[in-house]
Amino acid sequence: MPTIVVEVMPKAELLDPQGKAVAGALGRLGKTRFTSVRLGKRFEITVDGTVDDAVLVEVRELADTVLSNSVIEDVVGIHVLEAPAGETH
Amino acid sequence: MRIGVVTFPGSLDDRDAARAIRLAGAEPVALWHGEHDLHGVDALVLPGGFSYGDYLRCGAIASLSPIMAEVISAANSGMPVLGICNGFQMLTEAHLLEGGLIRNDHGSFICRDQRLRVENALTDWTGGFAAGEEITIPLKNGEGGFIASATTLERLEGEGRVVVRYVGMNPNGSLNDIAGISNVRGNVVGLMPHPEHAVEPGFGPDTSDAMRSGTDGITFFTSVIERMLVSA
Repeated sequence: MPTIVVEVMPKAELLDPQGKAVAGALGRLGKTRFTSVRLGKRFEITVDGTVDDAVLVEVRELADTVLSNSVIEDVVGIHVLEAPAGETH
Repeated sequence: MRIGVVTFPGSLDDRDAARAIRLAGAEPVALWHGEHDLHGVDALVLPGGFSYGDYLRCGAIASLSPIMAEVISAANSGMPVLGICNGFQMLTEAHLLEGGLIRNDHGSFICRDQRLRVENALTDWTGGFAAGEEITIPLKNGEGGFIASATTLERLEGEGRVVVRYVGMNPNGSLNDIAGISNVRGNVVGLMPHPEHAVEPGFGPDTSDAMRSGTDGITFFTSVIERMLVSA
């Protein structure tokens, strides 16, 4: 079955205390090359059937209304995951 | 006077809210998230807790519960609705209140008796306070940072819809020290601190009079009862 990936990120660094906490840990490990970390979410949605434009429109709507909160987050990507060759499950 | 308290999977403070309602003089009515029935209540409380384990976003999955259709419709027709902590998060996710709540800026859960200033004593839930009155009630959250766009903040402030503000210290990075807000009509109020935990001497915050004697929270519940009696 095809899988659609939706990626959501906090709008700005101000809204991402988790990313800042991870960045702080990197700093404490001496990884000074990496100056900031932002932490978001990735959803993998499995579709029963084929992915057509109507399905993508529906996922876009769900991404905007359920999977993200537009007050604090942005949907930064929606794409169809290509199944690796020979996948059997 | 019957006030409903909705229990969601992961609600924690539904019993305390019901107890506060009883102590204030109304009849608490237990409501279940999976029903489409408000059982004829006169007002509603969405209690604190960690509905659905705070998965997705705090309050987000609960805001899609079956009963929320009735809650939203009742709120839009003027029924008093109070969202406490996780209930406040649900109200923002359900778009009954503006803004959003994000992880505390310091990254830690915080639990303390919190001083607040009542900025708006005209809402259905704060009519029994005096404007500017300072109160102390418990605060306990990991994601209580109130945020909104600059224009939304300006509108909330300009329309007097900041209901309670943190005093002394800002415990979570909330913009403009905002602890709670209301909708335009003043029937829907959400706040992060917990009035239902400061309603009975012996179990509330410490005061200068005696340990655990603070009962400032009861006024939220007596206020709505008085408001409903007036409008009845």
